[in-house]
Amino acid sequence: MPATRLEVKGLSAGYGPTRVIDHMSFEVLPGGRLSILGRNGVGKTTLLASLMGLTTHHGGRVFLGEADLTDSRASTRARRGLGYVPQTRDIFRSLTVEENLVAGLKDRGREALDEIYVMFPRLAERRRHFGTQLSGGEQQMLSLARTLLGRPSVLLLDEPLEGLAPVICDQIMEIITALASSGEMTIVLVEQQIERALRFADHVMVVERGKAVWSGECSQLRDAPEMVDRLLGVGVH
Amino acid sequence: MTDRAIVDGMSPPRFSVPLELRAVAITLALGAIGYTLFPEDLAFLTRLISITLLVLSLDLVTGYCGVATLGHAAIYGVSAYVVGNACLAGHSDPLLLLLVGAMAGAVMGLVSGVLVTRFKGLPQLVLSIAVGQLIAALANKLSSLTGGSDGLSGISPGRLFGVYAFDMYGRTGYVFSVAVLMVVFVVLLRIVHSPFGLLCQAIKDDSLRARMIGARVYPRLVLMYGVSGVVGGIGGALNAINTGVVGLDSVGFERSAEALVMLVLGGAGSLWGALIGSIVFQVFEHYVSAANPFHWMTMVGALLIAVVLFAPKGLVSLGGLLAGRTASVLRRRP
Repeated sequence: MPATRLEVKGLSAGYGPTRVIDHMSFEVLPGGRLSILGRNGVGKTTLLASLMGLTTHHGGRVFLGEADLTDSRASTRARRGLGYVPQTRDIFRSLTVEENLVAGLKDRGREALDEIYVMFPRLAERRRHFGTQLSGGEQQMLSLARTLLGRPSVLLLDEPLEGLAPVICDQIMEIITALASSGEMTIVLVEQQIERALRFADHVMVVERGKAVWSGECSQLRDAPEMVDRLLGVGVH
Repeated sequence: MTDRAIVDGMSPPRFSVPLELRAVAITLALGAIGYTLFPEDLAFLTRLISITLLVLSLDLVTGYCGVATLGHAAIYGVSAYVVGNACLAGHSDPLLLLLVGAMAGAVMGLVSGVLVTRFKGLPQLVLSIAVGQLIAALANKLSSLTGGSDGLSGISPGRLFGVYAFDMYGRTGYVFSVAVLMVVFVVLLRIVHSPFGLLCQAIKDDSLRARMIGARVYPRLVLMYGVSGVVGGIGGALNAINTGVVGLDSVGFERSAEALVMLVLGGAGSLWGALIGSIVFQVFEHYVSAANPFHWMTMVGALLIAVVLFAPKGLVSLGGLLAGRTASVLRRRP
């Protein structure tokens, strides 16, 4: 599936009657890389979950290319090309690494697994282990690998580096960067590690209390540490 | 080492040809042991096999998909009645009857699946009981088709492959049943390790996660119910072919509950567990009830409590538990 444009127009969403995302709009062009930054609890995870159709919709539209996905279920959105790697990793605990991957194969043949194992050699070594026996980094790799098997045109990554050792963070960022460089998918990254997020993306959006308070090119933020400090309360070193 | 070499050098996937061969060997070995040890009791063993197919069928929906049901005997019983009627109508070829049973089971499974898998938890369980009770009530009322409380009798299948008659000692029936069980078991191993089967297990783990990778949950559960119906239907067909009689007990609530007990005893979510549970329960029931007709249920209850306490994942997990304990004892030794 080729990379697709993701467009969000005036999206408002939350949990039940509680509105967390408030009238948010943005666009990521095909093959683009958007990092979403913000303090804890400002609605970044809710935003990605809303794009996936997992929250209560209050208003606005979500487009994948020309297709309006606003009223679609999560499974339909996934089949249309939205790939979501949640913060909780969400691996199937009763299945082994390989079984987790096979469950995500859909109509693809088992040769697709070989491609994944080339990309994630660590998973190849751990293929017989159950999800609960994996380290955090391996779980993250498995969650990402399983999503990639669905050949998404837009990949939504929710804090993929959370709680991981720096060396594992490097490995995962390397994989994500390679995916982005291939031009085969549009990537939206929510990440707390600001430096890595800014290095990865071409555009950035800062979220505060469910609203986009700043958006622009990454270089603008990289070159203005005082702005990062003002927007996010941390400095980039 | 290149990436390619890493892939090529890996061990084969969990399900491979040896597992199928192992399943064939074990089923045949069990069949041979049964035939050798209990040559006078082949009727019991053929009944055991048909009930085992019901338990395997239940395992597909309860163990692999997490669907709570206490009405699964409806599939088994309806198929048995359909096969009985087909035989009485003159279609006596055992293989044709088996096919008829499988098809009747598939239809019954799909209908049950469409209703039951729409819900979760208690409503699902209650609905499954309601479907079972409805079928049981219909079986009682439609006596022209089912024989009512007297049962449907006079079912007399023709020769197997036109050669082997179903003899009074039950040899043909037994060999036929073992072969059918073997084939079904191998096919089921394939199914539960296929992307479809694994996705069903993923749905059981967490249906929302499964949706996020694009799974259509409801159609998949209904489809698995259909597969389960085929297996249960084959079980019902074997019962009708081998016993020549179909009674109300084959659709009753007790049959469903007993099948669930066998599954829990052996280990839900494992085909081997379903096989072990149904064999252990039925052999235990057969011999203990003969030895002590008044207190055998107490003993069955005690066995169940012991299994649930010491091996909550069923008898099939005992091997792993014992191996783990032995290894830890050996490690503690100086």
